[in-house]
Amino acid sequence: MADEVRARIEELIHASKVVLFMKGTRQFPACGFSNTVVQILKKEGVPFETFNILADSDVRQGLKEYSSWPTYPQLYVGGKFVGGCDIVTEMHENGELTGVLK
Amino acid sequence: MPSTDAMKALLASAFPDGHVEVSDLTGTQDHFQATVVTRAFQGKTRIEQHRMVYAALGELMVRDIHALALTTRVE
Repeated sequence: MADEVRARIEELIHASKVVLFMKGTRQFPACGFSNTVVQILKKEGVPFETFNILADSDVRQGLKEYSSWPTYPQLYVGGKFVGGCDIVTEMHENGELTGVLK
Repeated sequence: MPSTDAMKALLASAFPDGHVEVSDLTGTQDHFQATVVTRAFQGKTRIEQHRMVYAALGELMVRDIHALALTTRVE
């Protein structure tokens, strides 16, 4: 991955405490899995930023490598990778996510 | 496009002791659901468990699989 892409990704994951890299936007999610995580974050009632990876192919490819994670959505909290849709859903259901988002 | 049998074979060879289930959610061979239960997950975080499954699927995961709903459990 190019250094400038890595630097850009690091800037993006620290842009806000909770950053969701997703397909589409929070108003118009382009994928059911991305939509699921948007709805969970809304239910958790925390402010969050979203980044549409469909609009930026450098970030789309680079973040997969950066996170060692091949799919989207990807949730970052406090600059740390939390998981994709399945993990976030499980953590929401067992209450763990609320603690992570605090 | 990968078949559920091809995916199952890759997962079974990566987790020989494990219990593996794969289903095609849409019938279009690009949206799948998989469950992997194995002792190999012992002591691993969920993120690590999912990464192990993605690694086992290798190129298929990068190229052909659009979505994979994944459940992992320690046996």
